[in-house]
Amino acid sequence: MADMEMRAVLAEQLKQMMQQDPKVVVIDADLAKASGTWGLRKDFPDRAIDVGIAEQNMVSIASGMASYGYKPFITSFTPFVSRRVCDQITLSSCYAKQPITIVGTDPGICAEINGGTHMGMEDIGVLRSIADIVIFEPVDTVQLKQALPIIAGLGKTVYIRLFRKKIDDVFGEDYKFDLFKADTIKEGKDVTIFCTGIMVQETVKAMDLLQKEGIDAEIINVHTIKPIDKETIVKSVAKTGCAVTAENHNIMGGLFSAVSEVLAMSMPTPVLPIGVPDTFGEVGKMPYLKQIYKMTAEDIVAKAKEVMKLKK
Amino acid sequence: MQREEICKIIREDTCKCIASIGVGHIGGCLSIVEILVSLYYKHMNIDPTNPHMAGRDRLVCSKGHAGPAVYATLANKGYFDKAELLTLNHSGTNLPSHCDMNKTIGIDMTTGSLGQGFSCAVGIALASKLDKDGAYIYTVIGDGESQEGQIWEAGMFAAQAKLDNLIAFTDYNKMQIDGNTDDVNSLEPLNKKWESFGWNVVVIDGHDFDQIDDAIANAKACKGKPTMIIANTIKGKGVKYIEDKGYGNHSMPMLWEDVEKYIEEIRRA
Ligand SMILES: Cc1ncc(C[n+]2csc(CCOP(=O)(O)OP(=O)(O)O)c2C)c(N)n1
Ligand SMILES: [Mg+2]
Repeated sequence: MADMEMRAVLAEQLKQMMQQDPKVVVIDADLAKASGTWGLRKDFPDRAIDVGIAEQNMVSIASGMASYGYKPFITSFTPFVSRRVCDQITLSSCYAKQPITIVGTDPGICAEINGGTHMGMEDIGVLRSIADIVIFEPVDTVQLKQALPIIAGLGKTVYIRLFRKKIDDVFGEDYKFDLFKADTIKEGKDVTIFCTGIMVQETVKAMDLLQKEGIDAEIINVHTIKPIDKETIVKSVAKTGCAVTAENHNIMGGLFSAVSEVLAMSMPTPVLPIGVPDTFGEVGKMPYLKQIYKMTAEDIVAKAKEVMKLKK
Repeated sequence: MQREEICKIIREDTCKCIASIGVGHIGGCLSIVEILVSLYYKHMNIDPTNPHMAGRDRLVCSKGHAGPAVYATLANKGYFDKAELLTLNHSGTNLPSHCDMNKTIGIDMTTGSLGQGFSCAVGIALASKLDKDGAYIYTVIGDGESQEGQIWEAGMFAAQAKLDNLIAFTDYNKMQIDGNTDDVNSLEPLNKKWESFGWNVVVIDGHDFDQIDDAIANAKACKGKPTMIIANTIKGKGVKYIEDKGYGNHSMPMLWEDVEKYIEEIRRA
């Protein structure tokens, strides 16, 4: 387990960026403590602000500030900065080309006992169909730390889908992050498992189980779902001939869809999804939710075996 | 039983309900107990044995995170077994953090994304008018929630549609998660805002039964306008330790040993 919560890394990086760049601003909508950004107000009372519970307003305010050369980071729970604010992200930010960074916390089942109303199962799908947006789902503190300054300097509207608490690090200190390049965590030849967010740790767990079963899986972390790294996906599947996707999101519209789109166009291949099976969320702790939606390491193994049978 | 005594039981059961999962939105639950008890025990035309009764009065708890207080009230009214209160947020429960009309018997609308329940209440009031069933539609919104633009979109239209069957409460506890509403994004002057939106406005002490009764009578007597009852309340009302946490009481750990102390205090009051 990494020592720091993901939101603490977010805050630490934002603090550094705010010190270095007077144009970086942080806007919350009454969830600053949940997002970890609360403490920034002490150091930057003018640039770390709270607009109250008004997410649509927040997105367009941020876009207005962007038109003045500011680099706004805005935060809330995933559903309230995705599905609730679709039109504001689309028009004020993306269409008007006014870049902002949107941090949505507690994606999918991570909302746990906040329950179905607070579970963003569709945020990637909803946002992915907005032209020109970048969608990034970090895996661990190492990746998040490296990603934030790159995102701030990108000049694009970026959605960061953030698990906010403590999670095992997958990457070591020698890791070199590239926002547009998927990471091959393990090479293999029998099946590719494309995974993102908290499902990367789950897939790493599955890795040992697969090995015991004599399956040599290639494991690739697709941290950026849009624009997706087509080259890495096609190259891997050319070798393995089949794939499983693993995501903490509805299997419609998210990683499964994005990977399938790439393969349908360049290399039709069997792909099977692990994720939330086109249903709404409900209250529960993550282990329970992973079980009911069949998102455990064992489910990944079973899915890998199933898809290998579909290979030509 | 007097409403004072019923409120004690509802406060107790709300604490127990939250303790069953160990953490929850206690502050905003305790601030609306007198309102809930007045509605369910005195004013609403309802039948707990027939929860889907046509033409019944309805309550939309737009600040959906106050679910546990509503559940405690519904259970005590007999909508479902009180034992179920101890399943809050447990796997497979019928009682999730936020109100869910498809899970909990007696809940009239699903809420949890702030601002939406209030618009739903406007829609329900509109439908009841079309049906001419004479129902009153009650709704409770938060003060922090009132920062959502959707509240004011709904408010403007409710006045336009002359929804005098809509009786709304603002739980004006003056607190949200990130601070006091006045420090985050002030609503003042709140009564003038609602008046200027074309509403009949009554300002009351939200813990005073007579004032709640009078406000509802006033609302029913006012024709052609929806009514906003601005209820000045205390977030965490009834348990000093919780009240003293200020806005820190929005969501708090709730252990059984705490509950024992809280219950003692609630009963003594
Ligand atoms: C659209 C939306 N944004 C954010 C939240 C998260 N949230 C839940 S409760 C809350 C604060 C609510 O404050 P208030 O309305 O004053 O409620 P009360 O004080 O009565 O508990 C927030 C920000 C939410 N549920 N919905
Ligand atoms: Mg409040």
